[in-house]
Amino acid sequence: MEKPVSIPELFETSTITVTINGRQYERQVPVRLLLSDFLRHELHLTGTHVGCEHGVCGCCTILLDGEAVRSCLLLAVQVDGRTLTTIEGLAGPQEPLHPIQQAFREQHGLQCGFCTPGIILSVHAMLRDKPEPTEEEIRHELSGNLCRCTGYQNIVEAVKCAAKYLSEQKREGQ
Amino acid sequence: MKPPRFQYGAPSTLQEALELLGRHGPDAKVLAGGQSLMPLLNMRLATPAYLIDINRVAALDYITAREDYLALGALARQRQVERSTVVQQRHPLVIETIRHIGHTQIRNRGTIAGSIAHADPAAELPTLLTCLNGEVVATSTRGQRVIKAGDFFQGYLTTALEPDELVTEVRFPWLPSHAGRAFTEFARRSGDYALAGMVAVLAPAPDGRCLSAQISYLGISSTPVRASTVEKLLSGTSLDDKALNESASAAAQLVDDEVSDIHATADYRRALTMELTKRALQAAWRSCTRTEKGA
Repeated sequence: MEKPVSIPELFETSTITVTINGRQYERQVPVRLLLSDFLRHELHLTGTHVGCEHGVCGCCTILLDGEAVRSCLLLAVQVDGRTLTTIEGLAGPQEPLHPIQQAFREQHGLQCGFCTPGIILSVHAMLRDKPEPTEEEIRHELSGNLCRCTGYQNIVEAVKCAAKYLSEQKREGQ
Repeated sequence: MKPPRFQYGAPSTLQEALELLGRHGPDAKVLAGGQSLMPLLNMRLATPAYLIDINRVAALDYITAREDYLALGALARQRQVERSTVVQQRHPLVIETIRHIGHTQIRNRGTIAGSIAHADPAAELPTLLTCLNGEVVATSTRGQRVIKAGDFFQGYLTTALEPDELVTEVRFPWLPSHAGRAFTEFARRSGDYALAGMVAVLAPAPDGRCLSAQISYLGISSTPVRASTVEKLLSGTSLDDKALNESASAAAQLVDDEVSDIHATADYRRALTMELTKRALQAAWRSCTRTEKGA
């Protein structure tokens, strides 16, 4: 006779442990809590912005184990045991800006700034995978983040500049 | 909180997942990549009583080349498949198709099987599966069955799956030898659902004519559409202007009036379908690796 299979329990709240920007958090969460709301409302990491809440605008983009994902399309309970980076994790309040942030500042890659955290994290993952993107590749990758102010021109310039800074940084590190 | 109240389970084995589906199936939704389901929950267009998260079922996470087809487990993510060396080498049409889906951030989470199970008629992967005569493996505590793509997609967001069944694998057959291929679609913005699109696979005969064609469309009906009328028109031709024009006209006949919406009227989609047909057929024909044209 086959061994009976235990049916896992179903639940409405759960305790999760997650590492965010190098710090470990343990919290009890309702299972229907979105990751974006968990970051903002529970942990007060309000740099992650919430725009459309259905995966279109890209404002809530964060890094999940290094990959850019929409935090509004994940439940907090799903990231139990995982490692996240939010915009707060790129540079602390007393630290110099991250090279991507510095490039956006210098090139005026933002106006109102609402879309910026998502864009910077998307660019972070893009430049890791493709350190020397062409303008076409930059524009293609940026299509996952909507900006209603800039017309994208200076964002593209900022990404080019960021790619330069990161490759310089890499060369100096060698 | 935006999603409606539900009970959540995160099984770690396939058997556990199937038991949960067996018990709660009619009131449950399966959560894989979540790139279609989560928006539906956030907007409360879907209100399942139970959510069964299969993301921890490691046995469903695989990309395997088998004799007749590329097998993708239910957790194979679109981005992972896009980066897979075996898929790049042996099934580039799958990669070309995936690149049209949403954005990198979406493909990092979205799964191949999830897109198939969601069965959006404007989505890329259901159309590719239809074009290739692919198969879906549906598994439940009652056993396993293999469903042909042509039988799987039954209507708008509607499939042949029973409530207790899980799509555990999707199979994309290899292309015929020397076949040319093209995926093309038209969307107003990069990453949007396309207004219309198509996949074409053309197999050349030794004499340089078209031996057989496999063609399917997205965005023109309530399911992906296999274009057997166009396929028949093309076989034996050398893809000359006459064949292309006749194919385009035959393709236009396949566009349902019911697809008129705020994004485009059915007539607009007909015009688009005609143009896409010509372009995709030419591109597919050019990419055939055995032709006598000019040789």
